[in-house]
Amino acid sequence: MATETVVHDEVEAQEIWEGGNRPFKASYGKLMMWYFLLSDAFTFAGFLIAYGALRFSSPTWPVPDFVFSTAPFGLHNWFPGGKAPLIFVTFMSFLLIVSSVTMVRAVQEGKRYNKRGVIWWMFLTIIGGFGFLGCQAWEWSNLIGVEGVTISKNPFSVQTESGTYLKLDEIAAFPGLTKHEDHGVTYFEDVDGNKYFEKVDHHGHKYGGESFDKGDSYLVTYHHGAYQYGAYKDAGGNLKTEKFGPKAFGALFFCITGFHGFHVFSGVVFLLIILINVATGLYHERKNEYEMVEKIGLYWHFVDLVWVFVFLVFYLL
Amino acid sequence: MGHHSYEDSVKLVYKGFWILLIVTLAEVAVSLIWKLWLHPMFKNDHSWLSYGILAIPALLIIILSIYKAKYIIFEFMHMAYEHRGLAWSVLLPMSLLIWGAIAFFQEGDSWKDRRELIKDKDEQSIEEVKKTGMLDERREKETKHIF
Repeated sequence: MATETVVHDEVEAQEIWEGGNRPFKASYGKLMMWYFLLSDAFTFAGFLIAYGALRFSSPTWPVPDFVFSTAPFGLHNWFPGGKAPLIFVTFMSFLLIVSSVTMVRAVQEGKRYNKRGVIWWMFLTIIGGFGFLGCQAWEWSNLIGVEGVTISKNPFSVQTESGTYLKLDEIAAFPGLTKHEDHGVTYFEDVDGNKYFEKVDHHGHKYGGESFDKGDSYLVTYHHGAYQYGAYKDAGGNLKTEKFGPKAFGALFFCITGFHGFHVFSGVVFLLIILINVATGLYHERKNEYEMVEKIGLYWHFVDLVWVFVFLVFYLL
Repeated sequence: MGHHSYEDSVKLVYKGFWILLIVTLAEVAVSLIWKLWLHPMFKNDHSWLSYGILAIPALLIIILSIYKAKYIIFEFMHMAYEHRGLAWSVLLPMSLLIWGAIAFFQEGDSWKDRRELIKDKDEQSIEEVKKTGMLDERREKETKHIF
């Protein structure tokens, strides 16, 4: 009897150590997906906390409602003042929410072994993912190509004093400036190399004669690969030129939204691979309620979850 | 969802969709009112009252975002229906980040103070510095306070 018990215990112990036991009543794959997501959450948290620390350390920060106020196809022109603040990124959030919902539906159909249902809802999820990536590609190309934001230059800035923008002939009246011309645009330069342009925005609107207050947002105009620093006179009548905003903004934006976008991209790739496997009937044969669909579902919801916080810190606050 | 019938869980998913959509739209609305209307209104008011009023929408948006995150984790990712040990083992380590955020934001705020001090020192004229040595008395006090 005694030897039998020992043998029995040994067998049971072996089974536990060989994966016979299920910690937290979850399969190995699902558990590891959760812990991978935990580690990924720490990576994103590291980035977002760095963003917060640098933003706190900066006396001014670009106002998101001003920075993200354009939409594709000139849709922003339909809004008052030709600006559609946060409208486009709200649509991007909507796309991710919808694709999260369709993902939950795919997992539910998997639990019922409804292969056609899984394929349909996963297909919609992938469409949502591609839609989000397309929107992000447009947002990036607009920021880089039209507005001139790079990882080291941030033309979105905030006025540090009140003043009045100057017309070309008013700038010319100041002493000590040399006149230059580039791509048909006339500008002036002082001995220190500061450039003084007549302020014109992307729509051709001229700001000469318009005054602004401390705290107002502005964008250093980017044209033909060069920045046109608008000239203004301060309250004391001195000639001044626009300055760039906090340098860290561009690097943080492209790094963090890029890292999130990379997650969306890899998520779409995995979804495609798993969709093909679903279609071939591989998971149907495994008789484990399409667990692979559930695992990629966890990853996909995590991408949506991270976007909640990226959306919070970059666009809402 | 795990313990509901199929029909009920499908209904729950669409309920989740409307919750997330409406909360997101509310966040955007609060953010726009805050930045486009409240901020310009208190632009030149640096009293504690105005800071307090401006902090309310920010807190509201943060709370709504945390609610969205909670909903995604517990319903969409099924955490509410998993073993409690699994939920704790994932969520408890995340609480470390609360301290991380507080510590680093406070540190960032201190960098700002130092930057302003350096800017002040740069603007001091040489004659002014020569009179009293490296720093004038007022700045020495400030330095001790900050560092």
